[in-house]
Formats: sequence, C-alpha cells, structure tokens
Amino acid sequence: MKTNDIILQTVAKLASLVILLFSIYIFFGGHYSPGGGFVGGLLASGAIVLLLLAYDLKTVAAILPIDYKLLIAAGLLIAVLTGAGALLFDAPFMTHTFSYFDVPLLGHTALHTAVLFDLGVYLVVVGVTMTIIQTIGESE
Amino acid sequence: MEILMAVVIGILFMSATYLMLSKSILRIIIGTGLLSHGAHLLILTMGGLKRGSVPLLSEQANSYVDPLPQALILTAIVISFGVTSFFLVLAYRTYQEFGTDNMDRLRGKEANE
Amino acid sequence: MNNIVFLPVLLPLLTGIVLLFFSKSIKFQRVFSVLSVLAGILLAVMLVGKVHGQGILTLQVGSWEAPFGIVIVADMLASLLVLTTNLIGFAIIVYSFYSIGKERERFYYYAIFQFLLVGVNGAFLTGDIFNLFVFFEVMLMASYVLLALGGTKPQLRESLKYILVNVISSALFVITVAYLYSVVGTLNMADISRKIAKIDQPGIVTVIAVSFLIVFGLKGAIFPLFFWLPGSYYAPPIPIIALFGALLTKVGIYSILRTYTLLFYHDQGYTHQLLGILALLTIIVGVIGAVGYWDMKKIIIYNIVIAIGVIIFGISLMNQQSLSGSIFYIIHDMIIKAALFLLIGIIIKITGTNNLREISGLIKAYPYVGWTFFIAAISLVGIPPFSGFAGKLLILQGAVKAGSYIGMAVILLSSLMVLYSLMKIFINGFWGIPRAYPDADRVPVKMLLLPAVLLVGVSIVYGFGTEAMYPFISQATEPLIDPGIYINAVLKE
Repeated sequence: MKTNDIILQTVAKLASLVILLFSIYIFFGGHYSPGGGFVGGLLASGAIVLLLLAYDLKTVAAILPIDYKLLIAAGLLIAVLTGAGALLFDAPFMTHTFSYFDVPLLGHTALHTAVLFDLGVYLVVVGVTMTIIQTIGESE
Repeated sequence: MEILMAVVIGILFMSATYLMLSKSILRIIIGTGLLSHGAHLLILTMGGLKRGSVPLLSEQANSYVDPLPQALILTAIVISFGVTSFFLVLAYRTYQEFGTDNMDRLRGKEANE
Repeated sequence: MNNIVFLPVLLPLLTGIVLLFFSKSIKFQRVFSVLSVLAGILLAVMLVGKVHGQGILTLQVGSWEAPFGIVIVADMLASLLVLTTNLIGFAIIVYSFYSIGKERERFYYYAIFQFLLVGVNGAFLTGDIFNLFVFFEVMLMASYVLLALGGTKPQLRESLKYILVNVISSALFVITVAYLYSVVGTLNMADISRKIAKIDQPGIVTVIAVSFLIVFGLKGAIFPLFFWLPGSYYAPPIPIIALFGALLTKVGIYSILRTYTLLFYHDQGYTHQLLGILALLTIIVGVIGAVGYWDMKKIIIYNIVIAIGVIIFGISLMNQQSLSGSIFYIIHDMIIKAALFLLIGIIIKITGTNNLREISGLIKAYPYVGWTFFIAAISLVGIPPFSGFAGKLLILQGAVKAGSYIGMAVILLSSLMVLYSLMKIFINGFWGIPRAYPDADRVPVKMLLLPAVLLVGVSIVYGFGTEAMYPFISQATEPLIDPGIYINAVLKE
C-alpha cells in the first residue's frame, strides 16, 4: 500500500536536523548543567528514529551509512581509553582533569577530559539504541 | 511525602508482581520494567527526599540534596534499559521461533529437543 | 599508585572492545583473546605476589577519597580468585577453538567472553557495594548473550527464564542496597562495616542481611533458589556451561562470603545459622539430583549445587579453619568443575549423546580421556592427596570446633555420593564393551583434551602443593576473621 506521507517526511527532515543540533547542545552543556552524553545520545537516536518512521530502513541507511555495532565499539574504546589515559600520568584509573584554554571563536573556555568520556557515552548510546531498533525493524 | 512515596512504590511492586505472574512474555517484560521503576523510586525515597537545592555548584544554595541516590538511579536506569531491550529482542526471537508467547508452552522438557 | 589492582578488569575490557572491531576475522580473534588471557594470568600472578608482599592493595578510582568514591580492593582472596578465573578463562578459550563452531565465533563469542571476564574479575575486586551490583550486571549481560548465542530452541527458551530470574534478583539487589543506604548512608563496604559495628546490628540490618542472602543465593544457587540452574545450565554448548558452572555461581558465593564476614558478623545467631541450614539442604538436594540422573551434564550440574552447599557451610561456621577450608575449596572447585565439564564435553562430542545408558567402553579407544576423567573425579571427591582434600578437611575441622556434627555427617556422606555419581559416569562410560560411534573420527580429541589436562594438572599441583599454598590461603582468611584489617587498609586510618 502506498501512503501519502509527504507532510510527515517534510517535517521529519527539518525536525530531525533541529533535534540533532539540540542533542549536540545538550551534550556540551552536560558538564555544568543538566545534560550530557546519555541524554544527548538518546536525542540523536530519537532524530534518526524519526527519519526511520518517515522513510524506511533502506533510505535511512543510504543517508547515514553507519555500522552501528562499530559505533558501539568506537564509543566504548573512546570512553575506556579516556579512563585509561590517567594511567599514563601515574594517576588512578578514571582520574579526570581540566584546564583553561583560549580557543578560537569560543574565547576563554574550560576544556575537560570528562567531555571525551562523555563523547564515548554519546556514541555508545546512539549505537546501542539504533542496533536494537534495526534488529527488531529489519525482520518485518 | 514519604508515606505517599511508599504507597506509590507499593502499587508499582504490586502491579509488577501481578504482571509477572501472567503467561504472556510481553506482560512479564512490562512487569520487570515496573519492578525496576519501583526499585528506583525506593532508592530515591531511602536516600532522603528533597530538602535542599539541586546538587549543582551554580545553584549557590546553603544545602544541597544528596546526589548519590540520583547517581545510583541513573546507573540502575541505564542497566535496566539495556536488560529490558535485550529481553524484548530475545522475546521477539523466541516468538518467531516457537510461534507462541505463552510461557506455559515454553516449558522445558527432560528430553533435549 | 596501585593501578595494577584495576588492570585485571581493564585488560579484558579493552580486549573485548578491540575484538568487536574484528568480528570478521576469526583467526585474529582467537590469537588476540588467547594472548590477552595469558597476559591476564601474568598480571594476576603479579598481583598475588604483590599482595603477598605488601598486604591489601587499594585503588581509589578517579582519585576520589575512600568512603566517597569507588575503591578497588585487592586482598589475597580476591587476587587468588582473579588468578583462578584467568586460568579457567584460558583453558576454556583454547577448548572453544575446536568446539564452539564458526557461527558463534563470528557472532562476537570471544568479545562477549572477555566482557564476562570483566564482570567476574570486577566483582571479585570491587570494594563498593553498588559497584558490585554494576559488575554483576556486566557479568550477567554477557552471560545472557552467551546463553542465547546460536539461538537454538532450548537455548532461547531457557535464556528467557534465566533473564527473568536474574532481572528480579537484580531489582532485589537494588532494593536491598537502598535499604542499606538508608541505614548507614554509605556504599563503601569498609565504611558500611564500620558503621554497622557502631549500631551493633539491630533487626533492620538482619533484614538487609537476609535480603542480600536471597539476592546472592539466587545467583549462587543455594537451596530454595537453585531451581533455575539445572535448566539454564543445560541448554548452551559445553564451553559456555563450563564457564558458567566454574565462574558465575562462585561470584554469588564470593559475595555471600564477603558480605557475611565483613558486614553482617555481629548477630551470627540468626543469620549464620540460617546460612548453615540452607547450606546443608543445598547439599542434600544436590546429592539427590547427582545420584538420580543418568544424564552426564545433569550429574555434573548437580555436583555444582553440592559444592556450593559445602562452601556455604564452611562460611556459616565462621571460624578460622572453616573459612580457610571454604577458600581452599572454592578455588579447587572452580578449577575442577571446569575440567569436568570440558571432559564430559569430549565424551558427548565422541558419542553424540548425554545419556550414560547409551555409551560404554570408551577406555579402549580413548585411554587418556578416561584417566584424566578419573583423576578429576577423585580430586573432586577429595581423596588425598588431591586438591579437594585439604579444603574439605579444614571445613570438617571447623565443624568439629563449632560442634556441628550433623553438618559433618552430611558433608562426609555427600562426598560418598559424589564419588558414586562420578564413578557412575566412569564405569558406564569407560568400562564395558566398546561400541561404535559414527561421529567419533571427526572429533579432535587431542586438541580438546589439552585444556582439560591443563586444568587437571593445575588442580594436581594445587593438591600436592597444599603446604606451599597454605600461607596464601591463611593470608586470605585473615581479613575475613578480623574485618579491621580490611577496613584499615581501605580507609587508611
């Protein structure tokens, strides 16, 4: 059956972009205010799921050719290596540190190693959620 | 407030038990979800209900609530999210394989099929 | 800085993650996981050596001070168990090469295996009660996947039940931790112990102790809560059963040992007596199962239940001898159970059946399998000088000291029954008229026998080297008898 879902598709295109941007905002805001990798990741996968609803698995796979299982592995690797990085400085595992830098465009900013860990969390959450949804969705 | 929470947690546990005793896998999974919700609320109540400000440095309040129960709940939520999703996928696979979601028909027999 | 304490957890974690990237190349996965586990064994040996020299080592993860952050604590008990875990992991990985099948190997078998090791090692090493929960979940998650991996009908059916049981017990774990937190306001086990000592274990703490017993009893399969074990452990292929039988239940036992000696030792009249009664009932149920079945897998599975009973009984007596005995026995049992599962795995592969009535006369064609099995069997029973002897002897000495003669009688009789159940396999399987088995030629018996022989060899060394092992075991027992040692090491007072 061919359905006419042009409204859904048009809205989904715009909305998923906004949601993705918001997820990045939430991700970076996570250190000093509510937010972080987990929520950000869930939002990002929400955006992809919205696309999945509007289109179908094949179209979305063509737009975002990502192997989500590898995304999980990459995220885990980033998170664990961030934690293990402390070993190089002879500090206990997972010790974090931060410092202030003058970054172009952003000005005087605190850069924190916890962000790297959170990036890992973000990727893992997106990877896991999408893997689950794909696994169930594929077999229909 | 604690009494209200106790009642809410009790209702959650009650519904969870009821659902988990039914035969359909899907109901059982929803039951485990409710059970973990109840457990999370219990941690929140046991850690002391809100008496101070949000545990964020920017709030600059005199007293903050204990952030530890919240951290525990977040961890437990993530874990139960993972387990529930795995459980759902597995239940779906089982349904495809056996053609039933009735636990009565999924009984193990002595002989290995 | 004692980062070495955390390395037994970090190493399999990193290995597992790297293996996720290489799911296509089976060869790489095999080589890499073997190398990693070998490195793990080396690390664990170093850890045992270091703990032997310097006493309990702690690591404050993330540099957060002890009662507030998570602490990783390596005392002798934990280090010895980590060493045993890695040894067993090595043997089972080598065994898996020839028995698990390409299909499962391609589906992240080795990666999940490493994650299971992360959970087990972490659960042994952590000094924080909520972190224990997290490592339990890591271990359980990996075990769910391993149990369902391959997706045969019995596996799917049994893993549904296994997951349900464990989800409920995890919820109970969270609830119990919540109660404990409301009473003592801390999660660090050393700090909890100190605070419970101050309030001297009133009724509520006993309630918490019994709730923990239910939680860990479900994972460790003690008497009324073992019902899931025979079904779930029956379904997956042999290497996975060996892994589960040797490691998973022992993590539950270890947690009981840790909490009941460190936290809830004030009001022993109630909690430890309960533990003792349950232990004896566990032994009896296990014996009934082991003697009654004619299915090799079931016999060994019920032998797990018996061993759990013996170890828990040692814990319930709470004296120097019985605790040393329990530690001796838990290590012995992990090694020898894994070996026994691997051995009956070979028999099942050769004959194509679990049923003892359908096999006989294997000793003619496979003498080495037969005699290895024989040695493993008498080690398990505890015939001196093999490894089960010292542990059981110490537990019995403890029973005499505590005046628990019923327990003594049950354990001695159970040994006899264990001997009977294993000799049933030996006599029916290896003696008698040789039969022809159609698939026998295709089984790489030598390659499968190698890891089993390795484990039996370790167990023989462990048995004959009891004298040399004793200083380590007694060092492991010290913090259990006197929690002050553990508390001082963690809180650095």
